[in-house]
This record gives sequence, C-alpha cells and structure tokens, in this order.
Amino acid sequence: MTTLTLGKALNEGMRRAMESDPKVLVMGEDVGKLGGVFRVTDGLQKDFGEDRVIDTPLAESGIIGTAIGLAMRGYRPICEIQFDGFVFPAADQIITQLAKMPLRSLGALKLPVVVRIPCGGGIGAVEHHSESPEAYFTHTGGLRVVACSNPVDAYTMIQDAVRSDDPIIFFEPKRRYWDKADIDLAAPGLPLDRARVVRPGRDVTLVAYGPMVKTCLEAAAAAEDDGRDLEVVDLRSLNPLDMGVLEESVRRTGRCVVVHEAPIFTGLGAEVAARVSERCFYHLESPVLRVGGFSTPYPPSRLEEYYLPDLDRVLEAVDRAFAY
Amino acid sequence: MTSDVPRGVDAPPDLVQLLTPEGERVEHPDYDIELTTEEVRSLYRDLVLVRRVDLEAVALQRQGELGLWASLLGQEAAQIGSGRALAATDMAFPTYREHGVAWCRDVDPVKLLGMFRGVNHGGWDPADHNFHLYTIVIGSQTLHAVGYAMGVQRDGADAATIVYFGDGASAQGDVNEAFIWASVFNAPVVFFCQNNQWAISQPMERQTKIPLYRRASGFGFPGVRVDGNDVFACLAVTRKALRNAREGQGPTLIEAYTYRMGAHTTSDDPTRYRLADELEAWKLKDPIERVKAYLFKNQLADQEFFDKIDEEADALGKDVRARCLAMPDPKPEAIFQHVYAEPHALMDEEREQYLTYLAGFEGGGER
Ligand SMILES: Cc1ncc(C[n+]2csc(CCOP(=O)(O)OP(=O)(O)O)c2C)c(N)n1
Ligand SMILES: [Mg+2]
Repeated sequence: MTTLTLGKALNEGMRRAMESDPKVLVMGEDVGKLGGVFRVTDGLQKDFGEDRVIDTPLAESGIIGTAIGLAMRGYRPICEIQFDGFVFPAADQIITQLAKMPLRSLGALKLPVVVRIPCGGGIGAVEHHSESPEAYFTHTGGLRVVACSNPVDAYTMIQDAVRSDDPIIFFEPKRRYWDKADIDLAAPGLPLDRARVVRPGRDVTLVAYGPMVKTCLEAAAAAEDDGRDLEVVDLRSLNPLDMGVLEESVRRTGRCVVVHEAPIFTGLGAEVAARVSERCFYHLESPVLRVGGFSTPYPPSRLEEYYLPDLDRVLEAVDRAFAY
Repeated sequence: MTSDVPRGVDAPPDLVQLLTPEGERVEHPDYDIELTTEEVRSLYRDLVLVRRVDLEAVALQRQGELGLWASLLGQEAAQIGSGRALAATDMAFPTYREHGVAWCRDVDPVKLLGMFRGVNHGGWDPADHNFHLYTIVIGSQTLHAVGYAMGVQRDGADAATIVYFGDGASAQGDVNEAFIWASVFNAPVVFFCQNNQWAISQPMERQTKIPLYRRASGFGFPGVRVDGNDVFACLAVTRKALRNAREGQGPTLIEAYTYRMGAHTTSDDPTRYRLADELEAWKLKDPIERVKAYLFKNQLADQEFFDKIDEEADALGKDVRARCLAMPDPKPEAIFQHVYAEPHALMDEEREQYLTYLAGFEGGGER
C-alpha cells in the first residue's frame, strides 16, 4: 500500500502509462518544468524528456488539434487543459473533429486522446476556474466522458483512459487533488465504464460523481444520526452511464437523488432522472430529485459556498424524497 | 531549453528607447517627445503610485484578504506610458494585469480588487472610464477591441481603441484572428503586447520564433518594438500609433519589451522555472529608477519632491487597504442578479426557491 493524494495518484498513473507504452505523450500549458499549475505532471518531463512531455504554446485549440494529428501517427496524447473554463477555445476541435473523425473513417481511424480537465469549484478562485462543463461533452456523441472522485480510482482510471482507443474527456475534481488514500499500485481497477456503490444503504440512492461523491458520503454519514441509511453511487463514467448499477440500487431503495455541481437545468442529473424514472417507475416511492448548481454563471468566490451543493442541500433533498 | 539562460537582458535590436536605464535621454529618428518638467514629474508620480497599489494588493493577498493578485511589478512604464497616451474618448481593453492603465483611466484602484477578492466578476461599467472589464480568458479581448474599433469607424468618431495582451496570448487563435480583422477592415486599433518574457512558466520562445512586433508585417500592418521599461518611449510610440489609428491609417502592433519582475500571480512559484540572475539583471533596468535618475541628474526634482511622493504613495496604500477591508460581501441573492437584462422565468424560480430554502435556517439566510 502506498499513500497518495489524488493529484499524485494521477501522476503515478500517467507515469506507469508512459513506462508501459512509449507512444504515450503528455502535452499542455506549463506541464513540463512547472509540472502543471496543480503539479499533476510534476517530474514527468524530467524523467521522460521534452519529446514526450510537451510544453505547448498558449493555445487550447492547438493542443487538441495537434493531439489529433499525433494520434493519427500512432501516439496516445494525454492533453492537460489548465482549468475547466479554458477548454472552450478547444471545444471546436473536440466536438467537430475529435468526436467525429473515427466514424468518418468507418472506424479505420482511432483517436486515443485523453483530455484531462481539472473541474469544479470550492477553491476560492477567480472567474473561469470553477466550472463544471461535463454536460457539453456528454451531449457529444463520439466522446467518452469520465470523472474520478478519489485517489484509488484516479490512479487506475487515468491508465485505463490512456489504454482506451476512444477519445476520453477526463474530469478531475480540483478541490479533491489533495485528498489522500492508501493505494495498492498493483491492483486492477474497476473498468472505466462502470459505476460503483461506494456506500451501501437501504433508504435512498444518492448518485454523484467527481467532487460531489465526498459531499454525498458526508451527507450519508450525517443522515445516520436521523436513522436514515443512504446509499451512495459514484457514476465514474458519465457517458455511457452504467444503468445496471443504478437500476439495481434504486429498485432496492425506491428513492433517488442526483447531485452535481453543474447547473441542474439540462444537466447530467436530468438524464439520470429520466432514465431511472423510465426503468424503475414501479419501484419509486418519490420522483427522482436533483441537487446542483443554479442556472447562472458560477458566482464570485465569496458566494461559492452558497452556490455549491453541500451536505445541507443534499439532506434537504433527501427529506423531500421522504415527504412523498 | 532556453529558459536556462537569462533572457531579454541584452537590449534586442530595433528597440525604440528614449530614456536609458541610467536615466540618459537619447534621440530616435522616428519617435521623439517633448515633455515639460511637470509632465515628467507627473509620470514619475504615476509610476510610484501604481507600484504602491500593486504592493499593497500583494500584501492583502498574503493576508488572505484577496484570493489572488496578478502583479504588474516591472511593467509600470509600459502601462503608464501607453495609458497616458490615450485621449479621454479612446477605449482600452485590458487583460487582468493592467492596473497601471486603469490608473490612467481614473478607475478607482479599489474597484480592481473586487474580482480578486471574489466579491464580483468585474464590477464596473466599461463606459464610465472607457476602460473595459478585465479579461481572464487569454486573448479574447483582442477581438472585442477590434469590433469596438469597427464601431468607432462606422460612427465616424474621432477615437482609437487600444487592446492589451501578453506574449503568451500571441499564440492564441483569437489574437491572430483579431490581427486579420483589424488589417482587412483597417480598424482604428492599437495592439499593445507587453512582452514580459514569460507566460506563467513558458518563456517567450515557446510562443514565437520571430520578434513579436514583426508578426504585424505578415498581417499587413506596421509593428514596432519599444523599450517597455522606458515610460517616455512607451508614451511616444503609443501616441503615434493612436494618432495613426484616429487618422484612418489602421492598426499598429506595439511590442513593449519588458519583464515580469514578480510571480505570474500570487499562486505561482517562479523559482521552479527561472533563474534568479535574470531578475537581478532586469532590476538594473527598473522603469521607475531611470525616471528618478533623469529627474535628479537634470535637477528637475529635489529630495523633497521624491519624499512627498513616497508619502502620498503610503497614504494611498493605506487607503486602498482600508477600503478593501470595508468591501462588503455580496448577499446570496446577488448570484441571480444581472444574469439577464429581461425577466427570466428560470432565474425567478431558482432565486425564489433558494431564498426560501435559506430562510429555513436559523438566522434567516446567513449561514
Ligand atoms: C484561454 C486560457 N488558457 C489558459 C489560461 C491560464 N493562464 C492564465 S495567464 C496565462 C499566461 C499568460 O501569459 P501572457 O499572455 O504572456 O500574459 P502575462 O500573464 O505574462 O501578463 C495562462 C496560461 C487562461 N487564463 N486562458
Ligand atoms: Mg507574458
């Protein structure tokens, strides 16, 4: 067992991926000497050289566009987008090219590009540094979208993402970068497209991913005092959704609350709610409820504790689920 | 990589300079400037005061009063020189570091702190001082400036637009598109690039193989490289470019060759990627010291003058601090304000729901 933070676990995962396949590259702004603004790529350039760990010019469209070309030559680029809010200059390359090129080649072309995006709020940052843009990408056919929530998953998920022949948008919960866990570096992880029950419970299924998994676990611990037994499901994969785990869980509990930082309106929670309602209709004691951000731009940091779903907001939704 | 050698320390070729680091006036065939003693003293005052505001902001961040600060240390002359070249009717588009330009536009320095303190995302009306909001997304504002200039052009107004950006930004698609738009529409815009040698950890060479000012010729308009630590030269060069823009001669790219003497922001640790020697070498080119030397040598100011400005700077620093601390935190309902100009059902619904939810807590909303 090794104790690693989530950031270090990603670093270790990328290191292993680079060791086992010389075609794996890391590229992005300030990823080399600086090791990235969150130090997630720390030391990689020193150990693998400037040809494999590429400090790019300051241009996100360029990062993804050239990663596509490198992938066509058999490379497997891991691209770092410095902050969530800066993925948008790259959105054109991701949505119009990366997502669609393999299909246009009738499957001949594979684009194993991983786009790492630190996401979410809670670190007191200025504008554009606290976004949750996952729904833009889950809405784009051709992209797999995943989000890690803890160091153990981060370590295996990044390696699995690099091994996948599909383009993957890989969300990292930036406020959890410093969370620590014991990791068995030799243990295989759960497949990338699988959800996990991280806390079994009988009364309500809380569905979350990325930064909100920890919040839901805290809410579940607090609910124990009220005699409520909450189950927490970590989606891990946002597209596709692992409906098997969700259905099994909600059929047992009869109640479901989806939690994310992104705005509720047309967010991923809407998709989860619709699917769970369709598939578990006769098992539901209450409508599927959603807890999330407001349909406003992310507020200035002195208001983020109001904006971000917290334990109280989750428990309030649980109360509402019981009130039906 | 080239970041292992101190960069930019030897003056590059083609540099427009009117005041040497030692405070000697020099001539330039294309640019000259007549400044009265009062004007030079006033520029000196600007330089000292903005540096003081900046230092205070860094201190406020260190004490947890600001979430972040992007220091202008070392870039005072580029900002004051170009900022003082602007006419009242000219419009300026800043990045997030143009505190000196804001000063020249009479924006209250405390207003600049709001975004960094996290009480708002900008907090002023761009029309109040013809100074646009800070832009964090690198390069975006260059296109806004060109569009604004196209508006000025269509209105037949006697005004120019200036847009600030960095060496790093020069790599962005938006910036290159802005060059093309400005060029083909002959927009009355001045592109003011502060080449401070670094984009966070990336040296200028990672963004360009040719001197930045020479990019302009490929786009079809003039480019000039000015000593960004020379306030006289920055003033003269920007004045001329603005005048050309107003007179219908189209855009100019100015590359102000300068140095980011501090960290990228208060979150950054430059010891990880650059040499201390480099900073030491650039300190000898300090933008304020050379004006002071010039004033002294030519007996245009005495010790009393300098002391008085230092006193004024200290008072300003104290005032900025006091008013920063007094800045109220926004109320939660501010999350829903100004999102739309027209009534919006979803906004109303979410606001009502949330305020009702907050009211359910003891203390009626303040958590
Ligand atoms: C589109 C975008 N990508 C990345 C960033 C993160 N970032 C903030 S400042 C910066 C470097 C900017 O360098 P430069 O343009 O030279 O301006 P300077 O900070 O040196 O004034 C980067 C990469 C950003 N703000 N926007
Ligand atoms: Mg720079």
